Amino acid sequence: MKILHLWRWAVLGGLALAVLFIPFPASATAPTERIFHIDAQRFEYTPSTLTVNPGDRVTIELTATDVVHGLAIDGYDLAMTADPGQTARLTFVADQQGSFRFRCNMTCGNLHPFMLGKLKVGQNLLLWRAVGLFGLVLLAGVWRWRK
Amino acid sequence: MTQIREIQWLDDAARADPVTPIPPGPAIPWRVNLYRIPWLRALLESRWPQFLVRSQTLAGFIFIIAAGLFGSRVGSHNFAIIFVWIAWWSALKLAFIPFGGRTWCSVCPIPLPGEWLQQGGILSKGKGLGLGRRWPNRLKGSWMQSGAFLLIGLFSALTLTDPRVTGWVLLGLFGLAIGLSLVYEHRAFCSYVCPIGGFSGMYAQTAPLELRVIDAEICAKHGEKSCYQACPWGLYPVAFRDSAACGLCMECLRLCPKDNLALNLRPFGTDIRKTKISNRLDEAFLALVMLGSALAFAAVFVGQWGWLKSAAFAIGSLPWLGYVAGFLTLNLLVLPGLFILAVWMGKKFTGKQIYLRREIASQAQALLPLGLMAWIAFTVSFALPKLGFVLGVVNDPFGWGWHLLGTASIASMPDVSGFSAVLQVCLLVVGLFWSGNVLRRLSGSDFRRVAPVLAFCLLFSLSMLWMLVG
Repeated sequence: MKILHLWRWAVLGGLALAVLFIPFPASATAPTERIFHIDAQRFEYTPSTLTVNPGDRVTIELTATDVVHGLAIDGYDLAMTADPGQTARLTFVADQQGSFRFRCNMTCGNLHPFMLGKLKVGQNLLLWRAVGLFGLVLLAGVWRWRK
Repeated sequence: MTQIREIQWLDDAARADPVTPIPPGPAIPWRVNLYRIPWLRALLESRWPQFLVRSQTLAGFIFIIAAGLFGSRVGSHNFAIIFVWIAWWSALKLAFIPFGGRTWCSVCPIPLPGEWLQQGGILSKGKGLGLGRRWPNRLKGSWMQSGAFLLIGLFSALTLTDPRVTGWVLLGLFGLAIGLSLVYEHRAFCSYVCPIGGFSGMYAQTAPLELRVIDAEICAKHGEKSCYQACPWGLYPVAFRDSAACGLCMECLRLCPKDNLALNLRPFGTDIRKTKISNRLDEAFLALVMLGSALAFAAVFVGQWGWLKSAAFAIGSLPWLGYVAGFLTLNLLVLPGLFILAVWMGKKFTGKQIYLRREIASQAQALLPLGLMAWIAFTVSFALPKLGFVLGVVNDPFGWGWHLLGTASIASMPDVSGFSAVLQVCLLVVGLFWSGNVLRRLSGSDFRRVAPVLAFCLLFSLSMLWMLVG
């Protein structure tokens, strides 16, 4: 019985390692040029979600329609600022896969710290791995119930 | 809650339900009595160390109100906003509650002036002021705390970002606490009204710290009940079944002539290892409100939906009314409805005669680790990217251009996004695993009884996951 118990935990540990570290198949899509025009106004980016493929060359044109706004992308160490009525441009290669928040980096009002958007580069592997871990948690729970 | 006058009510409720099967409880987990450590005992026995900390928090609280009312209107440049909603709120969720339960309540400045007036002294009791009325029975429980937390949610986008509103809200809480102390006995504000008290008390049940009597027989033979007489909260430690109500003020420890009280270090989640024997739904409702609020806060503050932020911010406007409708629907209908449905389905699956009301109260314990971990995960997103503001407002608390520390040039904040996303996933996984474990203990070997609530927990975890790292 004890051996069976250990065996189950070993299988579970192996599955957890597989969920965490098995590489996902790379995107077959060839990198392309992507241009996004974003309007920034009072705590809101429009569009607020940008979806690209890994390796794409991305250009963001940021237009501030009310006060000065900025855009800084988490994980990419990139930032830009646009004055009211002006458009600023930023070009970069989306070389990191995942979901990244971009946020306003110029104080623009009360909700400035929460003015956010999202850059999605390919599949969000962290999200899928987390879903896999949730599944393993349930499996572990069911096994312990049957013990 | 374990107020002395409520014990009979709890026991009556339990006796009214003789059919619900209660699985045998787990063995009593280990405990370490911290009050036996000489230096800690010395610190706790004297009222002075606690008073020194309380005076600091009270001074800080008054300073925060002043900064909120008279400082810059820009939230990220105002000490009140950054210290209350970023520094303190994060410290509460990341440190105080998970590791110390209601330790914050022991030094919270809000009820102090009222308590001092009520007892007629600061370090000792004199001829106090106040009517000393008993809190109305119909208002007991955590219903009002749930309501107060919902109110915070409705006005959160404004309160958390506008220094003036934060200042007035804190001043209002201060006045309310003093007023209630002068009308009602004990800590009525903390026990029944304070939303943070409700939040802390609920999740304190998962914390590895508790105050308990050592030997109940000794208390039974002690006629004076010094602990109950001394407790500012009006609690009787022998009746403690969990750590939800005790504010850890340590007065009972100080005054017990039998040295029969312990401040125990214990395993995480000790209070939620056993079936609830009450039929009270207020705690289940509070747990659901906390889940709903965590989801709503995540959507408003770390989501990318600008229209939602604007709606939540524009108090009184049509979009705000839409936000209110959505927020209340989530908290009052969707989550409670789904949870009750899940418990009812478990009751049907198991085929046994189970009292639904007690089953809801019991299975709601599984929501505590889930909610605690969800709030911590949300805080990681909410606060970590903004911790850099703390240095700025210490340098210039009112946003008037001061340079107290000469750190004005240090404006950059470290990018913690990669680390924080992994941490959030870990926290949500731990929350789901912990909740599953609580359900397993509650159900014994009958998986079908709790399977629907486990599915509810999974659904909530997936929603938080999508909100935070999706």
